[in-house]
Amino acid sequence: MTTAILREKLNLEILNEADPNREVTGGYTGDLLSWVMSGAQSGDMWVTIMTNINIIAVASLTDVACVVIADGAEIEDSVIEQAKIRNINLYRSKKTAYQICNEPLFL
Amino acid sequence: MTKEPLRFHFDICGENFTSAGEASVSIKRILRQIGISPDIIRRVSIAMYECEINMVIHANGGTADVDVYTDKIILTLKDEGPGIPDLELAMQEGYSTAPDSIRSLGFGAGMGLPNMKKYTDVMDIKTEVGKGTTVTMTVFL
Repeated sequence: MTTAILREKLNLEILNEADPNREVTGGYTGDLLSWVMSGAQSGDMWVTIMTNINIIAVASLTDVACVVIADGAEIEDSVIEQAKIRNINLYRSKKTAYQICNEPLFL
Repeated sequence: MTKEPLRFHFDICGENFTSAGEASVSIKRILRQIGISPDIIRRVSIAMYECEINMVIHANGGTADVDVYTDKIILTLKDEGPGIPDLELAMQEGYSTAPDSIRSLGFGAGMGLPNMKKYTDVMDIKTEVGKGTTVTMTVFL
């Protein structure tokens, strides 16, 4: 499944869609960045409520397919700008992380 | 005989926490350009980022040197910060001395040093209280 299809299925708001054709192969949920760097895999959808600028570096280094901000959390324009610079797919949902991850995405 | 390595040097700024990670993201790009495999790039850049973040949080920055040999990559991160009083304790998952302001950004989970060890093949830490810390990490290709 591509990030564009994922975005449609989850009705996600686009904050930055750098690569709509990036393949999503799994998922990881977490807000503590070192845990994310330990557990998230390349190609994952990373669901988090963390919105500070460091999430962009973590998304880049872990090579996740996209970041999904849960709970409609506020995010500063500078973070979205950084996502554009680093070519990170960045989406947002009003749903909770639990609700997002409960969607049967890979059926 | 081992050929001379490709060497890359970075100064890690200790004042601006929001720009932390620039060296790690740069090295990721460089390693990709010189044809290193994605798995190795991920391990090297995450280990370097964890160390870089530690240097910004605890030591007001420092330097990072990356030497790329034909058979290994060696990361050397050096600071002149406060040093680590109890290294064995610091290596334990969950142990952290990061302040609340850093924890609110998602760091300080006590997983930095364990992650550096997890993602590298050899890790050596030389630290002296009041003098600083030098972390050397090797990833074999």
